[in-house]
Amino acid sequence: MDNASPAFTLQQVEQVKAGTRALDGISLSVPQGQITVLIGPSGAGKSALLRLLNRLDDPTAGKIRYRGQRINDIPVRTLRRRVGFVFQTPVAFPGTVRDNLALAASIAEVPADKIDDRIGSSARLADIDDELLDRPADRLSGGQLQRVTIARALMTGPETLLMDEPTASLDPETAATIGQTIACLSSQRGLTVVMASHRIAEAKELAGHAVMLDKGKVVEAGPATQLFESSHPRLRAFLSRVG
Amino acid sequence: MYRLWQSGNPLQSSMIDLSLLDLTLAAGLILIAIGLSYRQRIGLTRDLAIGAVRTVVQLVLVGYVLVYIFALDRWYLVVAALLIMLAVAAWTAGGRQDRPTRQLYGILGLAMLLGSGLTLVYVGSLVVRADPWYDPRYLIPLFGMIIGNAMNSASLAAERLAGEMDARRAEVEAYLALGASPARATEDAVRRATRASMIPMVNSLMVVGIVALPGMMTGQIIAGASPLSAVRYQIVVMFMLMAAVTVTGTLVPLWYRNTFFTPAEQLKVPETG
Repeated sequence: MDNASPAFTLQQVEQVKAGTRALDGISLSVPQGQITVLIGPSGAGKSALLRLLNRLDDPTAGKIRYRGQRINDIPVRTLRRRVGFVFQTPVAFPGTVRDNLALAASIAEVPADKIDDRIGSSARLADIDDELLDRPADRLSGGQLQRVTIARALMTGPETLLMDEPTASLDPETAATIGQTIACLSSQRGLTVVMASHRIAEAKELAGHAVMLDKGKVVEAGPATQLFESSHPRLRAFLSRVG
Repeated sequence: MYRLWQSGNPLQSSMIDLSLLDLTLAAGLILIAIGLSYRQRIGLTRDLAIGAVRTVVQLVLVGYVLVYIFALDRWYLVVAALLIMLAVAAWTAGGRQDRPTRQLYGILGLAMLLGSGLTLVYVGSLVVRADPWYDPRYLIPLFGMIIGNAMNSASLAAERLAGEMDARRAEVEAYLALGASPARATEDAVRRATRASMIPMVNSLMVVGIVALPGMMTGQIIAGASPLSAVRYQIVVMFMLMAAVTVTGTLVPLWYRNTFFTPAEQLKVPETG
């Protein structure tokens, strides 16, 4: 499929969760092979939207397509292996970093003779030093562990990575290096990345495409260079407050 | 197979019968507990009083029911008594949970039915070999012990699994997001729940006879049975309880975990309030 066609298309997507309307009539197109950054204040619906794309939740109304196919028609485990997810708070599975990566490989049914190669390439893509591979995953720093969860998501061989504020809990320097890793994943590996971010500088640096959400609605969406220059009053107010 | 009672009749009539006066004197012991609770403001005085009355009423009633069942000697009455015991046990185990649902009661009841039923059939037909098979003098006390322990196992397993699922939401979703099945995502939680349900019984296996003499063995000895005969029964009882506890504690988390997921393998939002 060529990169001009969208990775995801959303039509009038709504989600009500625990009595709250998290998403309210979202219609959106997410381009392939680029980094799309979701920005907006807390509670805007960024995380809720990302969770729908990996089917950790389902929308209350509306349609979502992935590469032209309705996501409900793709077997859910297949979809989740093709569309990886990196959470804001990284979770270590039991064992070493290598165990964490091997576990993801076994979930994705990677043939046994290819697991070591896949571990090597995923660790390299996520900038994990070889010496870290045999360290217990629960004793790593926040930044190191976040890299492990990125590598773990890469183990299933995804085409797309969803990232929910992956640098939110990290110091600015570590966040910047993880940002570089994400940029490389997209530019070198051709991955489609959809990332929620509250760091505007990071969003401007990484995004090829950007979407601003507020109160569950799309305020503005488009190529990042245009969006960040937009004169939309709600967008300008938000950028001036957080920028 | 060597018959269990060949080394002595467990129901020899050398037991001292307790008169109503003896029971009244025994009530002094519960009065001590009630008095201490009241004086120390432990806040259990009312529960102790109600508990003491319930103990007397329930045991006297059950005594009469057993006399009736023993006298009529009908298999369907014995089976009905066992099913009532199972239903009350499932009800009790479910009631102890934070989020009891009809589905959970069903899971607990079915797991206890399999865990206790299979164990009772095994012991009744292969070990004790009562004649007739439904002999209430064996089946009812044996099932009483089995179901009591299976109930605790079911209750502990369900409670622990619910706790693990609450505490591990992030971990379980991290597994699901990789394309893992709910079974894979909850392997560790299920294992811990089963383990928690088995620990009290495993501890009993370790210390039985050293820290405390079990109730049934004590009862047989007081009733005049030879301690060696009582020991044989107790060994059978310990093994059968361990089997019932393990089967129940394995099945409950395996079935209960499915209730935490939607058909699309998403974690359900916990019900609040």
